[in-house]
This record gives sequence, C-alpha cells and structure tokens, in this order.
Amino acid sequence: MNPSSVTAPAHQADAHAHHEPQGFFSKYLFSCDHKVIALQYTLTGMFMAVVGVYMSYVFRMHLANPTAHIPFYGVLSPAAYNSLVTNHGTIMIFWVAMPVLLAGLGNYCIPLMIGCDDMVFPRVNRLSFQIFFLSTVLLLLGFIAPGGAFGGAWTSYPPLSAKADYNMTPWGNKIWLLAVALEIVAFLLGGINFITTAMNSRAKGMKMFDMPVLVWMIVIATIIFMMSVGPLVAGAVMLLLDQTVGTHFFGAQGGDPVLWQHLFWFFGHPEVYVLLLPELGVVCEIICVFSRKPLFGYKTMVYTTFMVGILSMVVWAHHQFVAGIDPRMASIFSLTTIIISIPVAVIMFGMIATMFKGSIDFKVPMLWAVGIIVEFLLGGVTGIYLGSSALDVYFHDTYFVVAHFHYTLIPLVAFGGFAIFTYYFPKVTGKMLDERLGQIHFWGTAIAFNFVFIPLFFSGLAGEHRRIYDYSGFAELATPGMLKMRVIATHALLVMMAFQLPFIWNVLKSLFAGAPAGANPWKANTLEWAADSPPPHGNWPELPEVHRGPYEYSVPGREDDYWPQNAAN
Amino acid sequence: MVSKINEWFGIPALASEHGELLDHMLGFVHWFMVVLFVGWSAYLVYVLCRFRAKRNPQADYHGVRGHTTTHLEIGVVIVEAILLLGFAFPLWARQADEYPTGPDVLRMRALGEKFLWNFQYSGNDKMLGVNDPKFFNPNAGNPVGIDAHDPNGKDDFVSPTLKLPVGRPVIIDVSSKDVIHNLALVPMRAAQDATPGVRAHMWFKPVKTGTWDIICGQLCGPGHAQMKAVLEVVEQKDFDEWSKGQSEGAKKRSSEAAAAGKAPAH
Repeated sequence: MNPSSVTAPAHQADAHAHHEPQGFFSKYLFSCDHKVIALQYTLTGMFMAVVGVYMSYVFRMHLANPTAHIPFYGVLSPAAYNSLVTNHGTIMIFWVAMPVLLAGLGNYCIPLMIGCDDMVFPRVNRLSFQIFFLSTVLLLLGFIAPGGAFGGAWTSYPPLSAKADYNMTPWGNKIWLLAVALEIVAFLLGGINFITTAMNSRAKGMKMFDMPVLVWMIVIATIIFMMSVGPLVAGAVMLLLDQTVGTHFFGAQGGDPVLWQHLFWFFGHPEVYVLLLPELGVVCEIICVFSRKPLFGYKTMVYTTFMVGILSMVVWAHHQFVAGIDPRMASIFSLTTIIISIPVAVIMFGMIATMFKGSIDFKVPMLWAVGIIVEFLLGGVTGIYLGSSALDVYFHDTYFVVAHFHYTLIPLVAFGGFAIFTYYFPKVTGKMLDERLGQIHFWGTAIAFNFVFIPLFFSGLAGEHRRIYDYSGFAELATPGMLKMRVIATHALLVMMAFQLPFIWNVLKSLFAGAPAGANPWKANTLEWAADSPPPHGNWPELPEVHRGPYEYSVPGREDDYWPQNAAN
Repeated sequence: MVSKINEWFGIPALASEHGELLDHMLGFVHWFMVVLFVGWSAYLVYVLCRFRAKRNPQADYHGVRGHTTTHLEIGVVIVEAILLLGFAFPLWARQADEYPTGPDVLRMRALGEKFLWNFQYSGNDKMLGVNDPKFFNPNAGNPVGIDAHDPNGKDDFVSPTLKLPVGRPVIIDVSSKDVIHNLALVPMRAAQDATPGVRAHMWFKPVKTGTWDIICGQLCGPGHAQMKAVLEVVEQKDFDEWSKGQSEGAKKRSSEAAAAGKAPAH
C-alpha cells in the first residue's frame, strides 16, 4: 500500500476493482461490500440475540418455579440448565455483542465516517464474516450433539471443561471451544481491516483528530482485542489438547487449572472494554447530534480512552480473588480495578458535559443513549463492591455479580444496539422509524430491565449464589422472600420480552411504509450522513473532502446549527 | 448508621469476627455508592431538564466552563483511595497474611469432590495427617487420602459436616479431588476456591453458634446444585465431646485395619 495514501487517492482505484455485483447471491450473500457485510453481521447477531433471550427465558422461568412445565420448552434438567446458562453467556458476548457492536457497527461506519468507498481488504472482510457464520452454525450444532451442549460456564474453567467425565458433554465441550476459537479468528481478520482502513483511507483533508470519536473508539477497542486475545487462543488450543488427546496443561497432574483462569481473564476482562468503547463512541455521536453541541473535550476523550485501553490489560486477576492467588497480587489488581473507574468516569462526565447548555431533543436514539448513561452508572458504582478484594470474597459468584455485569452489558449491548439501530435505520434503509412506537419500545424495555436486575442485586446481597439449578434444598435461600426476588425478575423479563413486539412491528411497518429519510434526517455533521440513504455500492459518486472537525454544531454566526464536515463553507 | 444500611439491603446475619470489619466497610461502600449514584443522577436529570430543546432552543457552542467538576472528580478519587488504603487493603492483608497462631487455633482440611465435601479433623493428637491423592480410597473409608504410615493421621476423622467450636480461630486448607469447587461460608463472610492441585487456605473465627447451609460457589458439573453441606458452630465442650468420640472411633478402625493386614485405612 502506498504510504502516502492518507490523502492520496492511490488505493481507490484498487478498491473499485470489485464492481457492484448483480445477482442475489453475489449481492447479499457473498458480497465484499462493507455495508452488506455489516448487515450480515448485525442480522446474524440479532438472530443470536433471540436465541440467547430464549435461553434466559427458559432458565428464569425455571428459577421462578423449579417444578413447572415451561411453555415452549418443557421441564428443565440440571444438565440442560447448565448448558443454557453457559450458552446464554457465550452467545450474548461472542455472538451478539461482538458482531453487532464491533463488527456490524465498525464495518458500516468506518468507511462511511472517514469518507472512503470500502474497507482496505474487502475479501478479508468477506472471509471474516464467512468464518464467523461457520462458528455460529457450529455453536448451535452443539445442541443436537450427543450428550448435549457444553455446560461448564462461559468461563469454561478446567478441569471441568477439560474432561468429558466431569462435564458429561463429550461432544459439546469440543464444539463449544472450536466455535469460540473460530469466532475469534473471524474478529481478528475484521480487526486488521478496521485499523488499516482507519489509518490509511481517510478522506482528503481528514486528519486523525477530524475522525469522529466513534472511529477512534472502534480502533482502540480493536487494538485492545488484538492485544488480549492471543493468550486465549493459545489457551484454547491447550484446552482442546487436554480434551482430545489427554494432555494435562490444565490438569492437576503436572499442569495448573489456575493458568487457564489467567489466560481466559487476560482476554476476558479487556473484552468488556472492547464492547464498552464502541458503545461509548455511539453515545458520543448521538449526544452531540441531539443536543446540537460540540463534543466536550474531544482530545481528552481520545486520550482517556487510550488510558482505559492500557489499564484494561492489567485488571484481569480481580476475577480470581478467591482462587488462591498471592495476596500481594490481589492488592495490586484491586488497585488497578479502582483506578480504571477514573478514566471511565471522565468519559461519562464528558458525555453529560456535552449535553450541558445544549438543546436536547429526545428523539428515540437519544433516549437510548441517555438510557445507557443512567443504567451504566448503576453498573459502574456496583463495581466498587467487587473491585475491592476483601468484599469480593463475599460477593464472589453471587447474583450480585450477575446483576452488576448485566447492568454494564445490557445498557451496552441491548440499549446500545437499539441506539445504533434507531440512529442508523434511516441511513441503512432510507426510511424513518415511527417515533411513537420507538418511545413505547424504549420505556417498556428500560423500565422492565430494572425490574429484572434490581431484585437480583438484593438476591446477591443476601448471599444467593449463581448457577444453582434449584435452591429448594437450601433453607436460607428457599425462603418466600428470596423466591419473591426470583419471581419478580422472571415476570419483568416476560414484560421486557413483550415490549420487543412494538419494535418488531415498527421495523416491519417502517420498512414498507416509513417516511423517506433523505440523506441527513438528523442534521448531523459526520460524513456518513453526506452519502445517500441507503448509500450505493462504493458509497459516493465522488469521494468527499473534509474541511473541519466532526462536532461543529451551533457555531456562533452561522445560520444552520450544524456544519457538515464536507461542506465547503 | 453506617452498618444499618446493611440491614436495609438484606445482608444476612454475621457469625465471624473479621466479618464485623467487612460489614462495616460494606456499609461505607453502600453509602458511597448511594451518594455517587444520587449525585450523578441528580446532575444528569438537571442537565436533561434544564437543557431540553423546549426550554433551551439554542445550544451554546462553548458549553461547560470552570473546574467544579474536576474538583468533584478528585473528591471521588480521594474517597476511593480512603476506601482502598484505609479499609480494603488492611482488611485483606489481615485475612490473607496474618494467619492466627497459638494452641487455640483449630487446623483442618476441606476436600471437595463432586458433589460433596469432606472435612478432615486432626483428632485428639491435634496433628493433621499427611494426605495425598494416591491414597484416595472412599470404599475403604479413606475419602481424603490420609497416608496410613503417618502416625499423625491415625486418629484423624472425616466428617461431612463442618462442625466448629465457637470463639476459636480455624484455619482450613481447601482443595479438591476433581474439578474446582468453592467453599462458600456466607455467614462467615469467607469463601475459597477448592482447586485440584492447589492447597489454598482460609481462616476465620466464628463468634456465634448456629447451623447454616454450605453451598458450592463454583459451577462443578451437573450435580452442582446438590453439593450441599452443613456448617455447625457449637459450644467448645460440645465440640470436644464430638471430636473425642469421632477420633477414638477412627483410631480404633485404623488399628484394626492394620492388625487385619488389610489395605490400611484409618
């Protein structure tokens, strides 16, 4: 690649080497177009979200009434309960959050936001999705494999995960591990593209600090992902050898079960930030657009995000405070865990400060963005309990942990997913969504969400451990009060699921009969809104030129309260 | 007041000495969290109401000026530092480094297996016998693998119930035969992973008699939810009586086994 291609259009001729495909298969299934790949990732992710929610429906119904026959499922066995809990976690992280938030969003937005016609390596991009799709099919095949799907928790701690004698899923454990490994390969390929494209293909005149903060966040998230995932892949290979040929990398005889915990969490905790950062980027974009204000402290945001990225690499062992690690080490990880809350708080503050003195229009994407801030706040402050090693001993593996990370991940993945969906729906389809249905969907989902997980905080505070199939044998946990918490959570989940109907109806209705959106319905500055809705293959009739930063809203002396990056004046 | 909030939040009753400190810190963290959450939310709600488009149709390009927020941020950092350095670290150090010593200390072993717990007591000689996975022989009454040649092990006994005397510190070596379990003692505010091949320790001092359920705190397979044991804290003399009887029985069995020349079990 021509190193001077930051501004020179040298690569653009290459990228146009693939012409717009015509047939259905080449256009939608085997396309190299970044927008089609983004949609493939997003739709696969949304399908898997339905699968994951269905699983949570089954085990929550069971927890509310352990002997009941569950509609659309039947009676849940302990082994199936473990499989569902395990795969719910795995799917929601690896097959929903990653494809929707990182792959879908990144693929769609990076080329459009930096004003180029496609990713730098379109075929690598296509390969990335194909491998991801394969991994999806493989994971789901686990459910029809002899012995059932893997049920050793999404953290897959050996020796439980390493030996079929222990986990009782001789096929399921290998399939699960292979699927996760393939999924990671897919995102590594995609990640190469993200970084290379953002570095090399920016529109003429666009400097690094003219990129929307979302692109920065995706790039930083991708860097964190690439830095942290290596040990996990190595660990997965060793675990696969333990499972198949009987090595003892993670066995007690010559190996070390705790080693896997380090390898897993060395990836597993940065992964949280891999999911967090693109979401924060989206929130920044939406907040600026809907409060007509420049982003507060753009450069500070970017530097802080780098800080988060670096710190996220050194907090992993806070998952292992009860694993018997060296107490001095535990203190250090306690410290880094509390320290990382500072840059995250700075970013959160920057968001609120962006709205300060703005002119806030509560359109549906903005509602979701504000919802993310509020709910994530509760997820953040409850982290203080768990970050401190002494308290964590009490809370370890209780429902408090479950509620805590759902309060961080559901705002990011579900609220964030809906924020992205409602914000970019006009761009992707050329149609507007219905505001009223969107509001019903938002309020119903957000309120029900709190009723699912606030009771679980209290369950956890009362000492209820997670991943327990049936509490009826434990006197302290089988009291009517404890059962009530579980029942409230389950009912709220049903309400939350019901409130997805207005969303589905809204999407279908708007696809066919929505008002035309035009290129820039939100009056936004960033380049993706300069392209047609939906953008054609190649995105632009001619590549845009950038004259200013992305957040020039309400500039004094201008008639319009926005100033697109590509507008000449 | 500080600890009152624990009651409101439904923290179960406490039964260990160090738990007092921990609950105290928990109370502080509760308040800190409430203050942080209410503070942030209030600021957010103010911004959302004050600057909504209807009330503020024209956005200000420059926005926030001043350093109040920086000061607030620093304030939060200081509170966090106090929590960590003042409470969390000393408490952790005490629990992790300063193990109790002296004749008063009860030393024992917990060995998890799917899906039950074995608690090995030192018996009348107050010395724990050496154990090793190669001597595991549950059918011959040796579920924790006590070495038959170790004289200290001869009067050791194994109980499915964790019975402890009140008011005496106990150090438990926690390990596992197969997969990772977790000995979670909620009223003692203590938990420790039982990892095969790893000898981890936990200690606490029960200050209240009572009976509680022990749940396994780490997913260990299809029978995980049935892995229940009982924690029983009793008066010293009740414990001594029970321990003496159990220990004598164990000693008798092991000498009989040795005399019969069978595979030695204790």
